[in-house]
Amino acid sequence: MPDLTSSKIPVTVLTGYLGAGKTTLLNRILSENHGKKYAVIVNEFGEIGIDNDLIIGADEEVFEMNNGCVCCTVRGDLVRILDGLMKRKGKFDAIIVETTGLADPAPVAQTFFVDEDVQKNARLDAVVTVADAKWLSDRLKDAPEAKNQIAFADVIVLNKTDLVSKAELAEVEARIRGINPYAKLHRTERCQVALSDVLERGAFDLDRILEIEPEFLEAGDDHDHHDHDHHHGHDHGHNHGGLKHYHDEDMQSLSLRTDKLLDPSKFMPWLQNLVAVEGQKILRSKGILAFTDDDERYVFQGVHMMLEGDHQRAWKDGEARESRLVFIGRELPEQTIRDGFESCITT
Amino acid sequence: MKEFDPGEAASIISVTDKVVPVAIGMAVTSVHFLGDTAAFVGAEESVAMVSGQGDISRVSVHGGGILCAAADSGRIVLGGDDGKLVSLNAKGEVVLLATDAKRRWIDNVALHPDGVVAWSVGKTAFVHTGKGEDKSFEVPSTVGGLVFAPKGLRLAIAHYNGVTLWFPNMVGSAEVLEWAGSHLGVVFSPDNKFLVTAMHEPALHGWRLADSRHMRMTGYPGRVRSMSWSAGGKALATSGADSVILWPFASKDGPMGKEPAMLAPLQARASMVACHPKQDIFAAGYSDGTILMVRLQDGAEILVRKNGTAPVSALAWNAKGTLLAFADEEGDAGLLAL
Repeated sequence: MPDLTSSKIPVTVLTGYLGAGKTTLLNRILSENHGKKYAVIVNEFGEIGIDNDLIIGADEEVFEMNNGCVCCTVRGDLVRILDGLMKRKGKFDAIIVETTGLADPAPVAQTFFVDEDVQKNARLDAVVTVADAKWLSDRLKDAPEAKNQIAFADVIVLNKTDLVSKAELAEVEARIRGINPYAKLHRTERCQVALSDVLERGAFDLDRILEIEPEFLEAGDDHDHHDHDHHHGHDHGHNHGGLKHYHDEDMQSLSLRTDKLLDPSKFMPWLQNLVAVEGQKILRSKGILAFTDDDERYVFQGVHMMLEGDHQRAWKDGEARESRLVFIGRELPEQTIRDGFESCITT
Repeated sequence: MKEFDPGEAASIISVTDKVVPVAIGMAVTSVHFLGDTAAFVGAEESVAMVSGQGDISRVSVHGGGILCAAADSGRIVLGGDDGKLVSLNAKGEVVLLATDAKRRWIDNVALHPDGVVAWSVGKTAFVHTGKGEDKSFEVPSTVGGLVFAPKGLRLAIAHYNGVTLWFPNMVGSAEVLEWAGSHLGVVFSPDNKFLVTAMHEPALHGWRLADSRHMRMTGYPGRVRSMSWSAGGKALATSGADSVILWPFASKDGPMGKEPAMLAPLQARASMVACHPKQDIFAAGYSDGTILMVRLQDGAEILVRKNGTAPVSALAWNAKGTLLAFADEEGDAGLLAL
């Protein structure tokens, strides 16, 4: 498959609850001496301390697609702004979209799935969520938006770690992992994170779905992850590296795995039906699949009801042909999903 | 110059050898005629003015991206991401009409036959009547498109979930035509009886203004970016499909309950359409660079430009209908005299 993605402009979505430090991170990205030029789509003009003629104010206007699906929402202002920005192609290297603290990241992501023109010119790189180590645990209890932002994230910048004790930090990390065990987590003070850890992640790039493993094993400072073998099927009740293990009441991840081949004629309709019926509950989904009579790995990813998938590459000699899927969502019907998945496995 | 006559031939004729090629040297987003001068609007900063002989002169109009343009016979009005609204005439003279105080983008512009200019910034539409103060009107969400009605000083403002019709000189006159979704382009039929929007989804929506009756025009594979009324407003030609879709508007019911005509099918997406100002002919540009002239009556085609380039992004006739100008996204342009 020809690589068409390289000419597309990467778009990083920056979310985070009020006061978590989004603007600090944004100012850092813009002021660091990286030789790159960013176009930044912000909600509040004036908060950015950097002079940049490519800072554009947005209104976070969401509209529903006329397809009868209430979760198929799109950021119309983003469609318009990206269209306008494309007239200045070549004047910037990447785009950063800052959302308000109360925003749901899904409409931003879905804009990249449904809009033909946006897709032609830009690609969603990653959803980066800045979280406040001191207050996140509270917000997860009282603010559904904060929970959404954690669940949706590819990268979590856990900020203000200097304001909490070691025990509090472990607590908030465990809460994050209870919702989203797959995001890359970086602990920071004043958002001091390497820019390469938040930009150019390729989190929505099908070619870069390499493995689906919970990240929290690697988050521990002193944990050696060079040779951990792949036997932990993300069952609950483990006590990894001393981390407490929370199970968030309504937002959770569900991972499925099999080393038997999947029947594509059963799996594809099952997956499509699953996201059609439960798409409102499923925030993100991702999978690496081994099909019968197919020498190539198939990968897919989705946001709510929207899915995209493709063959990625040939299975390597000696590589275990196993399938792994993960769903992150709210009140996921676990048994129904597990049963449905089982029925797609060839015996 | 004689009026253009496509003759009787039904098979494809080529006039590609009569096209005067013009290298604009920048991405072109629209073209407008100021008299016999073709003005190619660039994606950024400048407009290339091209005489009938193919001589090019560049005029700088904005300090950044050019986001919108509207033209009458005497001038083009352009809005930019520098927050400025300027006009440009055939002599290449640029006049600053307005500056947004916060340097916000000028997203849309419309021109009234009497010379009144309307533009929008975010949710606000402005009208500059030339006498007295500018007037403004705020709609519930960002303006997607603007157009003046052919009669009276009435502005249609497209936004999410509908269109607001506003008489800038009458307080409390706004009327809302509702339809769920994001409305981007907007046009009135020349007889002032219908209003049609191009939506974010691949569909048009229309209203009969007398009774606000809805007209759904769907079935496009892609978003409709270009709409053009045929001479006398009998049909609305549209891009967005692998042929040009023409909706019939000759009867009092418009296209309601009727099938559209589908002319000039190609293995490419129609990207621009421009109807001839006097005759039942349209020009269509495609995503593969092809340009055809097509007769409405029987679909007879004449090849103006072969395929194999960037998508056609600009297409216009002069007022007399004797010159056709076109350009593609990479700035390869041409003029055809008929």
